[in-house]
Amino acid sequence: MRTEPSVIERMPRAAAAPDAPARRGARERVVVALARPGVRLALLAALAAASVAVFVFVGIEGSWAFAVPFRLRKVAAMLLVAVAIGVSTVLFQTITGNRILSPAIMGFDALYVLIQTVVVFAFGAGALATTDPNLMWLVEVGAMVVFSGLLFRWVFARSARSVHLLVLVGIVFGVLFRSVSSLMQRMLDPAAFAVLQDSFFASFTGVDETLLGISTVAVVAVTAIAVPLVRRLDVLLLGESHAIGLGVDHRRTVTLVLVLVAVLVSVSTALVGPVAFFGLLVANLAYLVVGSFRHAATLPAAVLLGVICLVGGQFLLEQLGLGTALSVVIEFVGGIVFILMLVRKGVR
Amino acid sequence: MITVASATKRYGRTAVVDDVALELGDVGVTAIIGANGAGKSTLLSLIGRLLPLDSGRIEIDGLDVGATKGDVLARLVAVLRQENHLTARLTVRDLVGFGRFPHGRGRIDAAGRAAIEEAIAYLDLEPLAERFLDELSGGQRQRAFIAMALAQDTRYLLLDEPLNSLDLRHAVEIMRLLRRLAAERGTRVVVVLHDLNFAAAHADRIIAMRDGRVIADGPPASVMRSEVLEAVYDLPIDVREIDGARVGLYFR
Repeated sequence: MRTEPSVIERMPRAAAAPDAPARRGARERVVVALARPGVRLALLAALAAASVAVFVFVGIEGSWAFAVPFRLRKVAAMLLVAVAIGVSTVLFQTITGNRILSPAIMGFDALYVLIQTVVVFAFGAGALATTDPNLMWLVEVGAMVVFSGLLFRWVFARSARSVHLLVLVGIVFGVLFRSVSSLMQRMLDPAAFAVLQDSFFASFTGVDETLLGISTVAVVAVTAIAVPLVRRLDVLLLGESHAIGLGVDHRRTVTLVLVLVAVLVSVSTALVGPVAFFGLLVANLAYLVVGSFRHAATLPAAVLLGVICLVGGQFLLEQLGLGTALSVVIEFVGGIVFILMLVRKGVR
Repeated sequence: MITVASATKRYGRTAVVDDVALELGDVGVTAIIGANGAGKSTLLSLIGRLLPLDSGRIEIDGLDVGATKGDVLARLVAVLRQENHLTARLTVRDLVGFGRFPHGRGRIDAAGRAAIEEAIAYLDLEPLAERFLDELSGGQRQRAFIAMALAQDTRYLLLDEPLNSLDLRHAVEIMRLLRRLAAERGTRVVVVLHDLNFAAAHADRIIAMRDGRVIADGPPASVMRSEVLEAVYDLPIDVREIDGARVGLYFR
């Protein structure tokens, strides 16, 4: 498959011009290989593996027996978050046909915050600490799946077969959920509010490790459902009419994808809290880097880029002595990307 | 054969397609004409199951479009609506390849690859096959989408205003191509057209719609008459015969 000439492709060509023909042949072969999505994915995978390796093994001063498993747990959480956010954002952008949207816009994270607020409001801060976190999580996932399902049916039942309307409704619901949460939070006593607020801040290191097991199960299950869908997802990129014309059951596929997105967003929000722009960042980097529209390429690329950003970024920041700042940096960069995309869209 | 039986589609209280009964696909090229809002595009979307019917029934070769599985219909009928905005960057060959989706759930075998190349060649798109769609002109992009429908290899081809935003040369080329498809492959083409003279020049049968109903239906010679066209468009149209072909004059 050919892709647009990237920077990688153009630079060696210009530099290779005065070289001997044999050497130029070798370089051209490298250039051609680099243009293939499979090769680019392999490079991303190598980079991701390297990030994980340095994060786990570099700079251990005390006991390896303690440090390695400790760091592996952190890495496992970051891997889960990378899969959850990368896959959910790419899927969401495919069904909405829009590359500046992310599930956060549908009000998923706001619902998460609302559920937790309601629990603390109704039962006190102790409830959040004493309820089995797995049970809590399952309730949240259920709420999110029901929420997205209802929203979808409700909008579609009014024969407005427009995904944009769906997103607009999502934004309105998001504002509603946030407002209700904020009202309830204002009525809480300060101690309970402090406990609650603590769980809202995105933190890629202060992961809730009790949820690792059930999150892994959820992510593996979603992946198992999503993998056979990739070709149908490619067709969805053509838009609703073309997808139906080509025999895809558009409504059913979109509903299924929305459920998968709901589960994945639940995984990532439960583990690290709401993150606004990280998904947007890795999804758009993935489209750019992999040079193919096919989900068989863009989905893994988004996940691998997520791993590189999270694990590699965490490692670098820890070396700089800024271990807790990763979410700030990622949201900052992601926010800039978001603004750039909005501006570029406006120019077109 | 496409059988439309008392098909009705409402938006609010307005029936956009009002109790239409038709048999389509008996001849090579059937053109549907009518003023804006006459229900032409909606009718085409109903046949192509892009919109659900409010009442009535549409069958294609005996298969109810509301109840038949999507991929079965996709091997029988290809439908193109004016919706060429894509978020993903695809090359022409990628796009045409999607036409094979109904035949192999996305896997493309040797026969599929041959069909893709044939469709690309049929529309003279070889020099553009590796180009991205957003680098093409409107006419080239239109041809790429028609090539996708061609690769789908269906008996029926439904096109919604394929001449929109095309210049005269490209419009003529597309219409000639549809004729060629009908003659060489036996494809039954149903096409919504704005320009009645294109319909008169290229269609075997013209269906004229107004307010959601069919008000005239027949070969060009019977529909291309001043009194019929005036009723269709609410505009006095002078029909002249030039070299045996009927031409509607409505420009002044």
